Amino acid sequence: MESEQAVFYSRLLTELTLSFHIIYATIGVGIPFLIFLAQWLGIKKQDEHYILLARRWTRGFVITVAVGVVTGTAIGLQLNLLWPTFMELAGHVIALPLFMETFAFFFEAIFLGIYLYTWDRFRDQRKHMLLLVPVAIGASFSAVFITMVNAFMNAPQGFELMNGELINVEPLVAMFNPAMPTKVAHVVATAYMTSAFVLAAIGAFRLLKGSNHIYHKKALLLTLKVGLVFSIASAIIGDFAGKYLAEYQPEKLAAMEWHFETEEQASLTLLGFLANGEEIKFSIEVPYALSILAHGDPNAEVIGLDQFAEDEIPPLYIHYLFNIMVVIGMITMIIALFYIVGNALNRTFIRNRFFLWLIVSSGPLSMIAIEAGWWLAEVGRQPWVLRGILRTENAATTSNHVDFMLLLFIGLYLVLGLASVIVLTRMFKNNPVERELLDQQRNGG
Amino acid sequence: MSYEIIGIVVLWLFLFGYIIVASIDFGAGFFHAYSVLTNKHHIISKIVQRYLSPVWEVTNVFLVFFFVGIVGFFPSTAYYYGTILLVPASLSLILLAIRGAYYAFTTYGKLRSKFWTYLYGFSGLFIPASLSIVLTISEGGFVEENNNELSLQYATLFTSPLTWSIVILSLTSVLYISAVFLTWYANKAKDQPATDLLRKYALIWAGPAIITATGIIVELRTHNPVHFQRMLDLWWMFALSGILFIATIYLIWQKKSYGLAFFLLTGQFFIAFYAYGISHYPYLLYPYLTIDEGFTSEGMAIALITAFIAGFCLLIPSLWLLLRLFLFNKDYVEGKIK
Repeated sequence: MESEQAVFYSRLLTELTLSFHIIYATIGVGIPFLIFLAQWLGIKKQDEHYILLARRWTRGFVITVAVGVVTGTAIGLQLNLLWPTFMELAGHVIALPLFMETFAFFFEAIFLGIYLYTWDRFRDQRKHMLLLVPVAIGASFSAVFITMVNAFMNAPQGFELMNGELINVEPLVAMFNPAMPTKVAHVVATAYMTSAFVLAAIGAFRLLKGSNHIYHKKALLLTLKVGLVFSIASAIIGDFAGKYLAEYQPEKLAAMEWHFETEEQASLTLLGFLANGEEIKFSIEVPYALSILAHGDPNAEVIGLDQFAEDEIPPLYIHYLFNIMVVIGMITMIIALFYIVGNALNRTFIRNRFFLWLIVSSGPLSMIAIEAGWWLAEVGRQPWVLRGILRTENAATTSNHVDFMLLLFIGLYLVLGLASVIVLTRMFKNNPVERELLDQQRNGG
Repeated sequence: MSYEIIGIVVLWLFLFGYIIVASIDFGAGFFHAYSVLTNKHHIISKIVQRYLSPVWEVTNVFLVFFFVGIVGFFPSTAYYYGTILLVPASLSLILLAIRGAYYAFTTYGKLRSKFWTYLYGFSGLFIPASLSIVLTISEGGFVEENNNELSLQYATLFTSPLTWSIVILSLTSVLYISAVFLTWYANKAKDQPATDLLRKYALIWAGPAIITATGIIVELRTHNPVHFQRMLDLWWMFALSGILFIATIYLIWQKKSYGLAFFLLTGQFFIAFYAYGISHYPYLLYPYLTIDEGFTSEGMAIALITAFIAGFCLLIPSLWLLLRLFLFNKDYVEGKIK
């Protein structure tokens, strides 16, 4: 196989594994926090419904964790197999957070195992609830550490290159790179946000399918409140991320905003599509907005693509990915806001079928936003795997069998994805909440 | 002690940990599948389920620890092993994925069918077989370097008796380790029929395990004389390991102190595993990579070791809690509480 092809298939396989893993990883980071909230509310309000919510979420959660564990192992090992040159370099400089991620996950796995099997062991329910604290911390810190590595790929620092040798390596400086704060915050906040909308979507779906139980309404209100808080947080962090990009990765910002000429008082291009290379059609231009996004000042100068060599700018289609992410973020934020306000004012439109379908859509939509966001992050860094240091084309394996491995993993992810959907739907269909509540009443006395 | 020695000793410890916990896990899955096949599952499936349920995720993490750690301490391994292991490691990954996911699907998702039990049980044997290939490759002779490109010589690899001996050793040890542990566990659960059956398995697999292990040492004499000579220098460690093996078998034969027997077995494997590791020194991959050439910078080494100690302080109490609640909790083991 030509090495060009090896690079192509390596990129494809990495993209596939990441895209599949991120679904389970996002849920895995966000849901423990929501389970904790539900159980805490249940104990505080002495409300069986919230406790049951925590129980049922946990049951579904373990399935997604299991798939997340295996796809996480896959991506961890695959990075070494597909990008040996990159990993050798990364091993020298950014191995520390990778190593710590394993600890965070280990911590989470141990306490999740304990939590799962000890529902009836503690007389004091609060002790059982406390087991979730290490689970949630471990899950969130896994995301923090891994995102630190990704941030490093965007803003490598903490070492010097001398004749191809790495010297003066400072692991902590590499970890706390300039891309780190906004990236980590954005990943964690959107994980909470997406998990909340996914759970809200399930609740809304049950209401649409004929159940009118107060249980689902409680679930909806709780999850949409969390969704609203974290979608607002994600948007604010996104604004900071724009300022980071303007400072450290101006080519990425310029490509995702289709900002061709360096100028002051730059306007922001929303939507639109690109014809004949550089002609933007059907877009909305917001005056001064790009200067504000980039520097917090309507008169500031924003560097455009004209300042970069042709072979050092990312593909321009990342503008679409950026728009998908932002538009979905706005839509889900508005849905959550309407529900919460409508609920507070006792309006009936929130029980309207159309509105419930909107809530159902917020789950898959926010997952699409997560995917778009990661593609934006990864494609937007091209042509570099390590910005300014190592090009993607020089980092891939020289092995001849990547195309075959790609087929194998496509098969694996199809099986895992289908099976997890089948298992999850069967699990909750065969044991609807109404029946479980009845069973509890019977057993409880 | 130099940093690279500390690094490799720690990593070796994780790999050892993985070998023990994963062997128990793989073997348990196999015995379970086998008992379904021979209609004896009423005897041992309870024991197997009870043990496996809370610990399966933990098993996987040991392996992840090892490969993340080795890339951290010895970044060059990412380049060498990453390039040559694309196919074998990807296959192991797929097997691990199927096994891990379907464990969760059947246990938590109540997806019960004999097909998955078999798939789960038998994939558990293929995983150690495919992972053990890495040890074979590390002995050298299977990798070629042409114009700065490394490639694995599949034909040489799959026709070498060394490859197949190591594969068989991995299988027999998995079944032996697992049977001894589960005998102890069943005995603690006061489950007499299961104890008897598992004790029989332990005695059956002890012989093949020790014979293949000895066979491999003999084969190394021709395959890698340098390594063989270094192993001879460490004869006392292998002898000690052999004594522990005999003591374990004696205890199981006499039907007493199963707990001590498992402890001695761990000791036997621990000593043999470290003896193998020490004699492998200084090569990570014969003859391309030694631990000195492949080592990371001092700053990173100190950071990793610090992180390791801090993480360890966090993990040991948590692991202890897990074991206390499930493995050493009398009521749980005996099935009195869920």
